Amino acid sequence: MNYSTTEIWGIILLLGAGTFLIRFSFLGLIGNRQLPPVVLRLLRFTPVAVLPGMVAPLVLWPVATGGDPDPVRLTAAAVTVIVAFWTRNALWGMGAGAAALYTGLGVTALF
Amino acid sequence: MTTSTAKSTDRAAYLAGVQDGMPFVLMAAPFATVFGVVATDAGLTLAQALGFSVLVIAGASQFAAVQLMVENASIAFVLLAALAVNLRMAMYSASLVPYLGQAPMWKRVFVAYLTFDQTFIGSVARYETRPEMTIAQRVMYFLGLATPITPVWIIMTLVGILAGTAIPETWALDFAIPIMFLAMVAPIMKSLAHVAAALVSIGVALALVDLPSGTGLLIAAVAAMVTGAMVETVMERRAR
Repeated sequence: MNYSTTEIWGIILLLGAGTFLIRFSFLGLIGNRQLPPVVLRLLRFTPVAVLPGMVAPLVLWPVATGGDPDPVRLTAAAVTVIVAFWTRNALWGMGAGAAALYTGLGVTALF
Repeated sequence: MTTSTAKSTDRAAYLAGVQDGMPFVLMAAPFATVFGVVATDAGLTLAQALGFSVLVIAGASQFAAVQLMVENASIAFVLLAALAVNLRMAMYSASLVPYLGQAPMWKRVFVAYLTFDQTFIGSVARYETRPEMTIAQRVMYFLGLATPITPVWIIMTLVGILAGTAIPETWALDFAIPIMFLAMVAPIMKSLAHVAAALVSIGVALALVDLPSGTGLLIAAVAAMVTGAMVETVMERRAR
């Protein structure tokens, strides 16, 4: 790393300020003005539009296996989704997913 | 009387948030520890590594920035790439407007600083199922959600800096993040429109995975939001 101390702190401060402004953007500027119904309808899908796409590459090509698809991790992901969907409870999903992951890893370590 | 009742319901909303925010710690702790290790290995001082976790407080972009700094990328590129990773939070910010837009400015400043993937998705899930919540209760719930995860994020970064050794790979903590997010998304698949949006998000994100940091995800998210809104509109017309 060839940056001066000032440059490193510059990066940290600018990145901090920029990230805050991104987070603050709409919430800070629009405030209590009403958004058009079309925009509200689009925004209601934000969580299901962002998170699956963010996680999909991590599930399919895990860094830990050097990017090769891993049956154990794929199974754990599937178990997580099924249990969380079925119970409508994220905690049960996390628990079941973790159990599936460690069971799978344990079994593969044995053989 | 009314004031004290409002205060006690605000307190209840905050405590409910704290309770619902506890599981986030399971993911944040190893992730922050690894960041502390990686940042120290990269040559950052204790104050600098901690500065990232306090001022930026967005894991994926912190890793992206440090990785590019190790490669001696230009400062402008480090900033652009790391900020691109965080652009999804502009969508979070917009989604929070209908729920929190009327809160006082100083509260919105706090909410903005504490907008993470977890606090966003957790709060919106609650707001959707409880439309009767007041603005003050929504803010308190949001701050409650952020209460366990935020100090843990910072303290575990420090632990990583001081410990200086990575967590053994056999623990497979790399997969804590996918499991957490999958578990949070599955219960909010409320309609065919939500499922369609999620599938488009996955398909486009995988197809565009080679685009520079975060841009593929942004395109995928926009495509998925449009898909969800269109499917929902069609379903509503059919139902009539």
